[in-house]
Amino acid sequence: MAEQIPVNLGIDHYKYGFKDPEKYVFKAKKGLSKEIVEEISYLKGEPEWMRDFRLRALEIFMKKPMPTWGVDLSTIDFDDIYYYIKPTEKKGRTWDDLPEDIKKTFDRLGIPEAEQKFLGGVGAQYESEVVYHSLRKDLEKQGVIFLDTDTALREYPELFKKYFGTVVPPGDNKFAALNSAVWSGGSFIYVPEGVHVDIPLQAYFRINAKNMGQFERTLIIADKGSYVHYVEGCTAPIYSSDSLHAAVVEIIVHEGARVRYSTVQNWSMNVYNLVTKRAVVYRDATMEWVDGNLGSKATMKYPAVFLMEPGARGEILSIAFAGKGQHQDAGAKVIHFAPYTTSQVISKSISQGGGRSSYRGLLQVKENAHHVKASVRCDALILDDTSRSDTYPYMDIKAKDVTIGHEATVSKIGEEQLFYLMSRGLDENEAMALIVRGFIEPVVKELPMEYAVELNRLIELQMEGSIG
Amino acid sequence: MSEKENCLRIVDLHVQVNDKKILKGVNLEIKKGEIHALMGPNGSGKSTLAATLMGHPNYKITKGEIWLDGQNITDLSPDERARMGLFLAFQYPSEVPGVTVANFLRLALNAVRGKDIPVLEFHKLLHEKMKELKMDPSFAKRYLNDGFSGGEKKRNEILQMALLQPKYAILDETDSGLDIDALRIVSEGVNRLVGPDLGILIITHYQRILHYIEPHYVHVLYDGKIIESGGKELADKLEKTGYDFIHSNRSESVLEEAQNG
Repeated sequence: MAEQIPVNLGIDHYKYGFKDPEKYVFKAKKGLSKEIVEEISYLKGEPEWMRDFRLRALEIFMKKPMPTWGVDLSTIDFDDIYYYIKPTEKKGRTWDDLPEDIKKTFDRLGIPEAEQKFLGGVGAQYESEVVYHSLRKDLEKQGVIFLDTDTALREYPELFKKYFGTVVPPGDNKFAALNSAVWSGGSFIYVPEGVHVDIPLQAYFRINAKNMGQFERTLIIADKGSYVHYVEGCTAPIYSSDSLHAAVVEIIVHEGARVRYSTVQNWSMNVYNLVTKRAVVYRDATMEWVDGNLGSKATMKYPAVFLMEPGARGEILSIAFAGKGQHQDAGAKVIHFAPYTTSQVISKSISQGGGRSSYRGLLQVKENAHHVKASVRCDALILDDTSRSDTYPYMDIKAKDVTIGHEATVSKIGEEQLFYLMSRGLDENEAMALIVRGFIEPVVKELPMEYAVELNRLIELQMEGSIG
Repeated sequence: MSEKENCLRIVDLHVQVNDKKILKGVNLEIKKGEIHALMGPNGSGKSTLAATLMGHPNYKITKGEIWLDGQNITDLSPDERARMGLFLAFQYPSEVPGVTVANFLRLALNAVRGKDIPVLEFHKLLHEKMKELKMDPSFAKRYLNDGFSGGEKKRNEILQMALLQPKYAILDETDSGLDIDALRIVSEGVNRLVGPDLGILIITHYQRILHYIEPHYVHVLYDGKIIESGGKELADKLEKTGYDFIHSNRSESVLEEAQNG
């Protein structure tokens, strides 16, 4: 078995939360208005089309009602949030360029080790702006673009404009509209035709200011026959007032290409995590979402795959962990637009300490999409009597000659299982953690090693002391 | 007291499950180096004794004590007992999907030893023990008991015993569900562990395993009490007559003798 010393991503500090003194060059006023949006666009020096895009999105956001399904969003106060903060004037490209306190934060997050270890590019989001970026030289030589989204807009305006907002239009949902109006930072990746990026590209996100919304925007374009694995990890320190994270991720997977997008998100207990992630997948191409959701006060996240042409494949693997005071409303959305397309959804949820996890999935097969194969499997594990798990699997199958599989299980940790493991010397917490680790293993094994290790450690940490 | 140090001692053990009295005063002493067999018909309380000794939370001790090497373990949790050197080979081992045999065994070994064994050393040890039990190396990568055949589960139990090296091992119906080849391999595995540092309690309905693992003492459990104890010949007698002789031969004197012995 491959054993490896984990790269310390510092997530274990998360439970207690650590923060550096806030030192910003610019901090917009709280609240949302046309003026704020214009100011953001102006400060970023954006082209007119982007400013107009933002303003249009703002209008949509203002008009759209709050969703009344999923999690309870009634306590979000949109007027009590900073929509833009720019931490430093200069964008660092090398480690030495970075200001000391930011470096310290990254140190705790283990960015340099991660980089040394195996990473080609690290784009770490500190507040709203990506301040640190590094790219391995051979990536550049291969024509791979890996930038923060703001820089990409400046440096590759045509490529950017061609794809931006095409997968998730501002009108898609209220929070996609909000993101479109005030977005800042995120990653932009372009992989040219036939290029295989053999190291995972990784960005580390972090919210560090009180009441600060984080609205990153990620856009990934995999050209024909290319391959890229993008890894996103998030952590946030604990604050007493509510934070909002509303991200949008758009992915275009061209013919014969394959994109894998892995996420381990561990938001602090006060964050609303409302994310729209979607990929369009063309002929014989493959999109894989691997998604681990921990922490946050409430999460709504349903990675989506639109299978546009024959031979397209989509896979969505997710884990949600809901602890005390948390509601994880996570799932998957798959739409088969074309015949001979396949999809697989595996969802694992764990509820503990009064937490609530829901699987919400949509599987849609359009009229002409014959010979579609789709399977959905959702398993829930409930660790105690006060926790809850729900399943909302929506299916809308319009075509004939399709193979659809659906399986759902809900289980509790068995007394005999626990006794068996304890009889071998493991204490109750260790035994519980081991059972949970086994439960999520089918998804965790798809993550890069050090993320898998971190995810397991995180879950153990969350379970610690909560078992009576 | 000193001669009590090196033994697993069960004193007047009364146990109930869901308010039903199952064990009604069991006395038994297993010294290191000894092999005891506990036989009895279905429902006599054999598996209850096994689970109780290991500390199953559902088995309530209403009276009596369990001592291990001079320490009272009656109120200890299963993991504390395991770390003190007690082992139970389960009749029905639980399945734990997603957890590999190797991973589980390493955690168990670390827990029992109280310190982490280097990974390479562990794998060497594991594969050595697996080879002795004629287990394919791929076994280590399978999920714990998940989809195992009856024989594989039992072999896996003995593998754990071989790795954890307990001071006292209880084998609960280890022979059940085994074909003759598997029974031989499992028995050989146990025999390799037999020695002056290990006390063994074999719980069995049939005496077939006792052809392979020779007990020093045989006890008969009936209706929650040990009603007869003897040497290996008692097992032979049981084989010939079955458990019926208990019903016919049960006299007050036998009962008393058993309880006091």
